[in-house]
Amino acid sequence: MFHREAGVFKTTYAADMALYPLPIARWAVAGVALLFAVVLPSLLHEYYLSIINLVLIAIVGALGLNILVGYTGQISVGHAAFMSVGAYTAANLAVRLDLPFWITLPAGGLMAALIGAIVGIPSLRIKGLYLAIATLAGQLIIEWTINHVPAISGGAQASIEVPRPTLFGTELKTQGQLYFFLLFFAALAIVATLNLVRSRIGRAFVAIRDQDIAAEIIGINIYRYKLLSFAISSFYAGVCGVLYTYYLGIANYEQFQIVVSIDYLAMIIIGGLGSVLGSILGAIFVTMLPIVIRWIVEGFGSYFFTASELAGVSSSARLIVFGSLIIFFLVVEPEGLNRLWRNIRNYFRVWPFSY
Amino acid sequence: MSASHKCWLYAASVAAAVGIGAGAAAAQQKELVFGLHCDRTGATQTVGTFLCPGYHDYIALLNSKGGIEGYKVRVIEIDNEYKVPPAMEAHERFKMEGAVLTGLYGTPQTAALAKKLDEDKVLGTSPGFGTAAAADGQRYPYVFPIAASYWSQGTAGVAFAKERLGGSLKGKKIAFLFYDNPAGKEPLPILEDLAKSEGFELRTFAVPAPGVEMGAQVLDITARYRPDFVIAHLFGRAPSVAVKELKGKGYPLSKLVSFVWGASEADVKAAGGFGAAEGYNVMQFAGVGTDYQVIKDINAMYKAQGKPEPKEQEISVYYNRGVMVAALHAEAVRNAIKTKGGAMPTGEEVRKGMEAITNFTLGGLVPPMKITPQDHEGGGWVQIWTVKGGKFAKAGDWKQPYRDVIKKHLDMEAKK
Repeated sequence: MFHREAGVFKTTYAADMALYPLPIARWAVAGVALLFAVVLPSLLHEYYLSIINLVLIAIVGALGLNILVGYTGQISVGHAAFMSVGAYTAANLAVRLDLPFWITLPAGGLMAALIGAIVGIPSLRIKGLYLAIATLAGQLIIEWTINHVPAISGGAQASIEVPRPTLFGTELKTQGQLYFFLLFFAALAIVATLNLVRSRIGRAFVAIRDQDIAAEIIGINIYRYKLLSFAISSFYAGVCGVLYTYYLGIANYEQFQIVVSIDYLAMIIIGGLGSVLGSILGAIFVTMLPIVIRWIVEGFGSYFFTASELAGVSSSARLIVFGSLIIFFLVVEPEGLNRLWRNIRNYFRVWPFSY
Repeated sequence: MSASHKCWLYAASVAAAVGIGAGAAAAQQKELVFGLHCDRTGATQTVGTFLCPGYHDYIALLNSKGGIEGYKVRVIEIDNEYKVPPAMEAHERFKMEGAVLTGLYGTPQTAALAKKLDEDKVLGTSPGFGTAAAADGQRYPYVFPIAASYWSQGTAGVAFAKERLGGSLKGKKIAFLFYDNPAGKEPLPILEDLAKSEGFELRTFAVPAPGVEMGAQVLDITARYRPDFVIAHLFGRAPSVAVKELKGKGYPLSKLVSFVWGASEADVKAAGGFGAAEGYNVMQFAGVGTDYQVIKDINAMYKAQGKPEPKEQEISVYYNRGVMVAALHAEAVRNAIKTKGGAMPTGEEVRKGMEAITNFTLGGLVPPMKITPQDHEGGGWVQIWTVKGGKFAKAGDWKQPYRDVIKKHLDMEAKK
């Protein structure tokens, strides 16, 4: 096969540290980058770009949650609340102080990181399901606070309209323009996470996940790294919330309720805990599958049903198929889509000479 | 992964391609596309499963009679599960398919799409949800509440209490029992304002989500506060719980009036049936029951096809709301086509057509609203119905009390 691993010699430290040591992997990444940066936006209709936009936002959020749940092993069901913290921070800064997105976006992330670290404090004492409930409390408290403090929420409607992001004097408002805006931050988040998980910090997270007592014995400061994990994860969530706010043009706390936290947990579990590719695949799967199922049902159903009957059938069928597919994929490969992809890759690695 | 799995994936992608192709092939010249956001499987599915069939049935009736000015209507319905991202996707899909107007569904979805509708110049109707400020057509040119907002419902509730309590509210006590979310809190400023001008005492009782546990609030109302009237603004399961609890504590249901989302047959049935809920008052922005010509026409259409009448009419409150939205959509497009001399209207022209709707009552099912470029609410008409003898009975005509108060608040909101 064209996938050669033999004969790749590393002669410098830089080559050894490279994110993708194999030439084929580098070419593949370059190809994917070209596909997303040039080919897709020039070929696809705005509608399909709008779907990719939703996926890109979800990828940022899923990466963040995977750092916490997949890499550090701390369960959180408050991810959506951290998104709302980012969203409202950015919205308030953008509206009241008229700040541009390149200030409000990191500011939203940092505020979410701060709140996330506070909500993460119980993780120092409790684990597993108990921690899940503690973060659930965090979710509810943040929701309640935004709902009841007009200074944050901007009034009884708890929604703040945000102006579109501007770059060099151009307002980014069509799906095509927003696509590049979101693609940039999603790519940044992916590269940052790839590097984070192979750094000292990332290794410490994995050590804590695998056995926290052992990690402590080999000299990892558990308190610091657990809180750091919460902070980093929430930073991603905050940025995701800000992107969402700019994408929709409004910050609204009802967009960040507990169902959304569950959706993100579903993404990383389906995609694969503790993997960057898994977060991406999971975000794609959970966001796009309902849409794709609907296309299929609409396409075939129109031969059997009238439009009004089809509407009822398609939404029920979508739920049934979506649920069954999640079960199917988890049964076929409990470690998620990431593992499934690796199995396929490993099969073709030695193809056609597998023993 | 074995070869069979790949086969399956391949089949799925082909199927998707076929599906999209079939949709595009169906689009012909003399066809109008209406986009309908719906919630049949999400948090508010109890509404969507009845409202959306009403919409489809009216459009089918319209098509069976030759459509709108010779144009057939194709409805694309997308179930957003009461989530925002699918609503965004749905909007883009409607746009791609060339929808001349869209029907929104859900308060957060309306908020999220308000800006997009303006940018894309496609109107969206948001009957009974979204923000009350959207009634201001200058501020939200492409959002049309086309039904009484929560502010208008607030004034209608107070007016009804005044009527029931003998024409004056001076020194009376009114309790406001509401769902603790932005939509639930929205009428508060109106009620507070009216409490001052009408001289009644107002106390508010918040019910946290999901609203199925309100023993404490009801006990507080019946045992401690003892109000002369209760105005309830609840969603989902909560209205039936409120009716049950208040009745259980001995509070007369004739002194309870509910906002429009606690007003369906399903709520009454969940509260113990029409017998138990005798006297319960509810607000409506569309007619109730099947005793309207348009509903009879729909049933006749079904009969001609040899089918029974749609079972969704069982919850006529939501079904009729769907019919009303569809009728207003059709009327707006009809106005637009007429002014354009029969040519296909653009989104902007349909907006003007919507703003020209006046006195379109559909035999009493729709209030006598007058939509103008300033007032997208159409006057904020509310009709009160009472549970009486096993069904809902009209307790008055269409009313729009205290418009000056609403106007004042809209102006205040516009200045913000």
